[in-house]
Amino acid sequence: MPDLLIELFSEEIPARMQARAAMDLKARVTDGLVEAGLTYSGAAAFHTPRRLCLALEGLLAESPTLREERKGPRTDAPEKAIEGFLRGAGVAREDLSVRDDKKGQVYFALIEKPGRPAAEIVAEVLESVIRNFPWPKSMRWGENSLKWVRPLHSILCILTSESGTDVVPVDIDGLKAGATTAGHRFMSPAQFSVTDFEDYAAKLKRAHVVLDAEERADHIWQEATNQAFASGLEVVEDRGLLAEVAGLVEWPVVLMGEIGKDFLGLPAEVLQTSMKEHQKFFSVRNPKSGGIERFVTVANRETADDGATILAGNQKVLAARLSDAKFFWENDLRIARAGMSDWTDALANVTFHNKLGSQTDRINRIATLARAIAPAVGADADLAEQAARVAKADLSSEMVYEFPELQGLMGRYYAEAAGLPAEVAAAAEEHYSPLGPSDDVPSAPVSVAVALADKIDTLTGFWAIDEKPTGSKDPFALRRAALGVIRLVLANGLRVSLNADGGPFAVARDAVAERDGARADADDLLSFLHDRLKVHLRDEGLRHDVIDACLAMPGNDDLVLLTNRAEALGAFLKTEDGGNLVQGFKRANNILSQAEEKDGVSYEFGADRKFAEDPSETALFDALQTARPEIDAAMAKDDFARAMFAMAGLRAPIDAFFEAVQVNSDNSIVRRNRLNLLSSIRSTCLAVADLTRVEG
Amino acid sequence: MANTAEKPRSFQEIILRLQSYWAAKGCAIMQPYDMEVGAGTFHPATTLRSLGSRPWAAAYVQPSRRPTDGRYGENPNRLQHYYQYQVLIKPSPPDLQDLYLGSLAAIGIDMAMHDIRFVEDDWESPTLGAWGLGWEVWCDGMEVSQFTYFQQVGGHDCHPVSGELTYGLERLAMYVLGVDHVMDMPYNDPDAPIPLSYGDVFRQTEQEYSRWNFDVANTEMLLKHFEDAEAECQAILSQEAEDPKTGKRIVMAHPAYDQCIKASHLFNLLDARGVISVTERQAYIGRVRTLAKQCADAFVATEAGGWTAQQVAS
Repeated sequence: MPDLLIELFSEEIPARMQARAAMDLKARVTDGLVEAGLTYSGAAAFHTPRRLCLALEGLLAESPTLREERKGPRTDAPEKAIEGFLRGAGVAREDLSVRDDKKGQVYFALIEKPGRPAAEIVAEVLESVIRNFPWPKSMRWGENSLKWVRPLHSILCILTSESGTDVVPVDIDGLKAGATTAGHRFMSPAQFSVTDFEDYAAKLKRAHVVLDAEERADHIWQEATNQAFASGLEVVEDRGLLAEVAGLVEWPVVLMGEIGKDFLGLPAEVLQTSMKEHQKFFSVRNPKSGGIERFVTVANRETADDGATILAGNQKVLAARLSDAKFFWENDLRIARAGMSDWTDALANVTFHNKLGSQTDRINRIATLARAIAPAVGADADLAEQAARVAKADLSSEMVYEFPELQGLMGRYYAEAAGLPAEVAAAAEEHYSPLGPSDDVPSAPVSVAVALADKIDTLTGFWAIDEKPTGSKDPFALRRAALGVIRLVLANGLRVSLNADGGPFAVARDAVAERDGARADADDLLSFLHDRLKVHLRDEGLRHDVIDACLAMPGNDDLVLLTNRAEALGAFLKTEDGGNLVQGFKRANNILSQAEEKDGVSYEFGADRKFAEDPSETALFDALQTARPEIDAAMAKDDFARAMFAMAGLRAPIDAFFEAVQVNSDNSIVRRNRLNLLSSIRSTCLAVADLTRVEG
Repeated sequence: MANTAEKPRSFQEIILRLQSYWAAKGCAIMQPYDMEVGAGTFHPATTLRSLGSRPWAAAYVQPSRRPTDGRYGENPNRLQHYYQYQVLIKPSPPDLQDLYLGSLAAIGIDMAMHDIRFVEDDWESPTLGAWGLGWEVWCDGMEVSQFTYFQQVGGHDCHPVSGELTYGLERLAMYVLGVDHVMDMPYNDPDAPIPLSYGDVFRQTEQEYSRWNFDVANTEMLLKHFEDAEAECQAILSQEAEDPKTGKRIVMAHPAYDQCIKASHLFNLLDARGVISVTERQAYIGRVRTLAKQCADAFVATEAGGWTAQQVAS
């Protein structure tokens, strides 16, 4: 059985697209081949900056012959119908067979689709894959109409079997497949031909190309850690950067360089960010001091001077970058030590949003709100307000202008330099968190107060000016802010009624309204938060109907309470009693609702044990009498688990009751009494959660 | 031809070597466009000539102005006026990467000793309604050129596609010449009877323009000029194709495009003066883009843009 080797050789493919492209090539080619009947025993895909490669082992030499029997018209059918059948099946009349069928004598045709050679199928599949390749962005070049990520220069496509190597006849707009490729752009640019995958990989290595990205990454990491270790240092791990760098080189040569004494005083994060973002360098750290002392760069070639020229060039570029960073850092520190007032003043001239005022307006609102929230999160109100007032000062700093990703972190450094309390400095860094669903949530009270105030102000502000997210559009990242509020509240177990009179939403709304009178619809904002909470809890494994059942209860602006209730209900419904109780409740509720609608009255009071006729009825009265005070006591303490446990005690009596008793009795007094009893079940259960919303 | 084995000794020698190299490769060596532009791409030899089906190959130096980058001549590598070297070939030849690498060798970069890399960098010009895919080219970690395959210009799909190369001449020259501050770079030969540094030529102008750009330029007047340029561009394009005086078909794409360039530069000046708010910014860019698109529409209706008389007949 032949092996197939494909290489698509192009100009440099963006590093971030290579791995995905190799996977797509493998998936699409193999899918196409299998669909055409060509199975294979093994497949592997590879990528370098200039090539995508796919190697298939044990491909069928041709697709199997397919036989299909098709049923035709009756033998006495009109001639036209028979002719039509012959045309459709592509067979002659003498090839038809006749068999008995329920309807009588019927024609059958045996259609045979002969197998096709692998080369023919591969050529078709590969052409279609190339023409429809899912690049995130693709382009045309020269006079071509073909699209590829960058100009596609050659296609290697060969089938190898015992009898030799054959080029698959692929021809895409004049680009013909062959059995040749080229080596490293600079070190071994010559063309060479290959016979199979083994030959290909071996010749590539001789031509200074390491085909396997993982092998390149491993080599880079090994070399980098070895060189660092030899100097008593360690490389700061960065998998994303490693994968990217492995996608920028075919022949990785690891070089470790000096940062320059002048720059070693810069904060480690500044060095790391500058080196990574601008130069794609790894940082090399002194394990004792934690300071970044050197860098590792990865070149794409060997040189006669062992990379000395390359390293010197890189050091020079880095020095230029870092002198900018150092200049910013020193200027910034001067302003920080003087109390940061230059920055806070400057923020008055920076527009946050034309309808929501300047950054200073925004900071004033956050400060008011942080102060209001402080008691609820256990923070000192003065510290919370102070932290809110300086938390965004670093936005005016030169360092953050240059490296926006360092916002917050620089805030901490500068607040420390300004001699502000540690809690305030920490809040400057932490108040942006959490940014994503897996980001750490701050727990220091002052940080929590400012983080909540920041996010609630943003939400209330944009709600006031009616800039809510719609569909996929969320330009102000309000969904992220809402999830931030949820995670801050839940992770810290904060018992806050967000939408209470004088609560956070009200304070925020009033602060925003001071500016141009626009007032946020806090109820609408709360329901937005609820939507985000639903998504969040669903990710944690809670059913949406369970959440709905709890959202319908009072106090739903206390997210901790709401979540506790939902979790308790979710756990309860997983028990046998829970599931059955809901059935019983629904049955009771349905009968009751129908009766209430029919009779035009509501049965709410006056169920009396003395009218009970059946023992199961009496037992239900007793069970309710026991359960109700237990549930009420548990609910008073927000102990949902206990309340639900008490409610579970009703399951057996309810089931027994429905088993034994016809609610709609002919005796109107008995009927009324039973309906009132059902009403009592309903009100007892609804005190815990709105079970009408639970599905199933 | 310059001797490529030897390292160049001055800024101007690097320019001369690039000129000879690209001339030898068959490009028409054009002169800088005589208007203020932000980048070599704005030269009609690139913007307009990348449109339409006619083949084209040009190379030129273009003085480029970025008012917001002014640093009074003090920053080692930031200037409000600098030079770009620009190459545009349509259709992009299959060996454009090799041609480009040849140009680096021509200015004294030894490929055997340096690490050259093509790093993803897609290009977009919101003011020109243009975009393309390509790379920034790194030499030992430093960006030395932009390499772009134009996909769309002035809202028109490019057919065929042009390959564009842009070299930031000062930065490249500083690297090749081993100079740390742009003002210290030899402009002419250091052994010339009157050796001149880049600073001798440009330090004073950097100071003068930095002051004018940031603090003095009359913003009301600039605003008025912007509107005049916009109006004139549209007035030109609203004329009938047939010239009543000569009776010939004369679509005035280039004069209109001059006004578009003017508007674009006036916008940059206003931006440097800090009088354009974030929201207004987008609106101004949109206005320039509208002009650029109209000029592109006009150019493809000219002979150089591939228009033929048959098109009218059909």
